[in-house]
Amino acid sequence: MRKLKELVIEKLILICGLASIFFVALIFLFLLKEGFAVFKAVNPFNFLFGKSWYPISDPPQLGILPLILGSLLVTLGAAVISIPIGVACAVYIAEVAPAKTKEALKAGIELLAAIPSVVLGFIGMVTLVPLVKSVFHIPTGLTALSGSIMLAFMAMPTIVSIAEDALYSVPKSYKEGAFALGATHWQTIRRVMLPAASSGILAAVMLGLGRVIGETMAVMMITGNAAVIPRSILQPVRTLTATIAAEMGEAVVGSEHYFALFAVGIVLFIISFAVNVTADLFLHKKER
Amino acid sequence: MRNPYRAQRIAFFFLFLATLLIVVPVGLIVVIIVQKGLPAISWQFLSDIPRHGMRVGGIFPAIVGTIYLVTGAIIFALPIGLLAAIYLSEYSKDNFLTRIIRLAIVNLAGVPSVVYGLFGLALFVVFLKFGASILSGSLTLGIMILPIIITTSREALESVPQSFREVSLSLGASKWQTIRHIVLPNAIPGILTGTILGIGRAAGETAPILFTVAAFYLPQLPDSIFDQAMALPYHLYVISTQVPNVDEKIRYGTALVLLALVLFMNLVAIIIRYKFRKRKKW
Repeated sequence: MRKLKELVIEKLILICGLASIFFVALIFLFLLKEGFAVFKAVNPFNFLFGKSWYPISDPPQLGILPLILGSLLVTLGAAVISIPIGVACAVYIAEVAPAKTKEALKAGIELLAAIPSVVLGFIGMVTLVPLVKSVFHIPTGLTALSGSIMLAFMAMPTIVSIAEDALYSVPKSYKEGAFALGATHWQTIRRVMLPAASSGILAAVMLGLGRVIGETMAVMMITGNAAVIPRSILQPVRTLTATIAAEMGEAVVGSEHYFALFAVGIVLFIISFAVNVTADLFLHKKER
Repeated sequence: MRNPYRAQRIAFFFLFLATLLIVVPVGLIVVIIVQKGLPAISWQFLSDIPRHGMRVGGIFPAIVGTIYLVTGAIIFALPIGLLAAIYLSEYSKDNFLTRIIRLAIVNLAGVPSVVYGLFGLALFVVFLKFGASILSGSLTLGIMILPIIITTSREALESVPQSFREVSLSLGASKWQTIRHIVLPNAIPGILTGTILGIGRAAGETAPILFTVAAFYLPQLPDSIFDQAMALPYHLYVISTQVPNVDEKIRYGTALVLLALVLFMNLVAIIIRYKFRKRKKW
């Protein structure tokens, strides 16, 4: 009797172990099921590179190039801000900060990671957006730049914590070797630690930016939501994620608009899949 | 000749500056929200329904909705996540299948939250015909927090020393008895930490509930899991972007309640982890 019970439990454990694979497949399947229908109305090339997104005009124009460029612009801006600051902060926490400060800083970074994106979006709206508007003397502060700054903050916790892990896992003997040769601490960091941790840091940057591309609420609240091809970083833009979040509520189930938004979801899913798999390869490079 | 120690001082100064650039704004964000939100907090604000187009009154239905959603998500995700963690830590071998599972977990954690929203809409709301309901929203959030629960529980299980298992097995206990009576009890704090972090994440997310459950405004509380519900993060989004002329105090107050809820969860998780580390016998 007990044998039977244990057999059932162990099978259940196996099934749950496979659940993650099942759910990833399920997500992709349902995105495909709902999104693929859009390619009856527009061919994949025109969908990805069409220059106008007017989903509710008649006939609807479903080109997501403005949205892709919006996402890219905001992500690029966030990358420029968050990579140097994030990596520098990781180095500070891993190498320079005294033990007590280190714990406090790590807690602070965890705190930042925990703040819900809608709260960051709200704070961005009431503080950052007016600031950007007055600094650059532009008609609205709801711009790609505001989005980039806010998203840089959301990428920071990921970049800092994974890069710090990577620095931490560099063998102590590397450091001792450099010290023994008379290198200063900074020379050791720059010439030994950073190169040794480079693949982990690269993964940290990728995962951080992956988070930026997928971020939705904050970006929707502060980038101004204009689905046009951006000409400058001081203009309103609309990202892939914000388009889904803002328009799905009004799209009729089964309409071309509805299918198109799911197809945008497929694009996002593929981007995040590629980013995560590549980052994972970098992270586990040295294990083999 | 260049002085390497001066270079080091300058470099370390910039590293410190970069750290300040992250930590100071985080502190400022929390301080601003607490300072401007605190005057709005009163018993009435927490226990009343929103009135006059959400411009006065309280946020009670949103708080209740979030509690329902989070509870539902945990009921779904904890058993599956825990069993999956047991599989990975106790049963899986270092083979291709395990590698695929690990990759799937990483991907599940990386899927953008709005894509979870689409998925929930397609599967639960439309395909399974649950409609926009607490059930659909909870299941969507549950799948979203699954990777957090699996990863933290797995770490907790794996940190139980191998010798504990060996002793139990050598006394004639079966594998499941060993897991049930030896490994799990010793891993409880870590599992709890993961669960609480999952709760915090589920409570704060907006995009997955946008099309699966969230109601713009509901005058009464939901009475079944097939009802729509209001939720704190969505409510904050609505009153800060969709409804004009909402008193700033109400916006900050809502932001404060949401932030406090999420940070409280994280604080509890940190404390449990800290206490556990101190108490650890091995």
